Amino acid sequence: MDTSEVPAHGGFALLTEQYKTLNPMQQVPAVEIDGITLSQSLAVIQYIDETRPGPRLLPEDPKKRAQVRMISDVIASGIQPLQNLYVIQKIGAEKVQWAHHFIDRGFQALEPILKQTAGKYCVGDEISMADICLVPQVYNAERFKVDLGQYPTIKRLNQVLLQIEAFKVSDPSCQPDTPADLRA
Amino acid sequence: MATQTKPILHGYFRSSCSWRVRIAFALKGIEYDQVPVHLIKDGGQQLTEQYKTLNPMQQVPAVEIDGITLSQSLAVIQYIDETRPGPRLLPEDPKKRAQVRMISDVIASGIQPLQNLYVIQKIGAEKVQWAHHFIDRGFQALEPILKQTAGKYCVGDEISMADICLVPQVYNAERFKVDLGQYPTIKRLNQVLLQIEAFKVSDPSCQPDTPADLRA
Repeated sequence: MDTSEVPAHGGFALLTEQYKTLNPMQQVPAVEIDGITLSQSLAVIQYIDETRPGPRLLPEDPKKRAQVRMISDVIASGIQPLQNLYVIQKIGAEKVQWAHHFIDRGFQALEPILKQTAGKYCVGDEISMADICLVPQVYNAERFKVDLGQYPTIKRLNQVLLQIEAFKVSDPSCQPDTPADLRA
Repeated sequence: MATQTKPILHGYFRSSCSWRVRIAFALKGIEYDQVPVHLIKDGGQQLTEQYKTLNPMQQVPAVEIDGITLSQSLAVIQYIDETRPGPRLLPEDPKKRAQVRMISDVIASGIQPLQNLYVIQKIGAEKVQWAHHFIDRGFQALEPILKQTAGKYCVGDEISMADICLVPQVYNAERFKVDLGQYPTIKRLNQVLLQIEAFKVSDPSCQPDTPADLRA
């Protein structure tokens, strides 16, 4: 799917009045699509899935679909909001321990859940929104020096997913706004 | 879809996430059993090994339904909506449905996790200011969003998962002394929703585990 990306640089551009009209939460991402503007990544992802053809991003089976949402929400509600930029700036000096703590706590929950739901991917054998949420969270875990050795299922899934083209082209190392020193 | 046994909700009377699920069951007319999990007593019953098997995140709610156990209230609510008849909890129109999810996630990812019990216990002495800050911040975003999406309810004129998320969050806002006067749309919607039967019967003031001194 062709999209265009407008970088909202670091902390400064997010807090502008202009960006606030796109997303009153003053966070990324915001997506302009089909004449509306949406924020909250999981709302965007499910909207895309429901309006575009192609591989399903959520399974057909309601129970599997619930498991995908559960795993996605453990990450998107249970981990990431506790370690995003705004919060760790507010925490201040102890931010690494704080972020590390909440990622560990979340992964300690995710590991047994995934042990039960995973096949080739997070839920069964089809890529889903759960996999979409997992990879960026593992990236954050590594930034905060979380030891993935404790989470073999998470580690395995992440390694498999990183080989997939859609995950490769979306990687932070090769975006329009990737700084030169972090470029792949 | 035929079900043999009643769903079981493991929750806490004042947990906003548990309350969301109670509202959803009530809106759909689904009978369910409640197993109270006291978040403070015994050091927090959600921290037992037994409860951990239901929800490894050691949080409420956890719901046993149709032979599986689900956690994360929005996953539960959408599962109920997709498998039970009755009024839709998410609109049919995809754009409206996205708006419902967006509003729900502003609350369920952007506000509530920053002011839940575990986090404010970790923050310690400054917990009221911390919780107040994050609820205010979230409501400052929610107010203009709702001004745009709301009709009679949060999104248009049908009750949805967004309304289900809003009411418990307003309850928390009041607990942390957030001034709702700044948020007229949120205030208005909350007042309308509190009159609805499904919201009344799910209220923290009248649950099996509501303490006597907080009972309606």
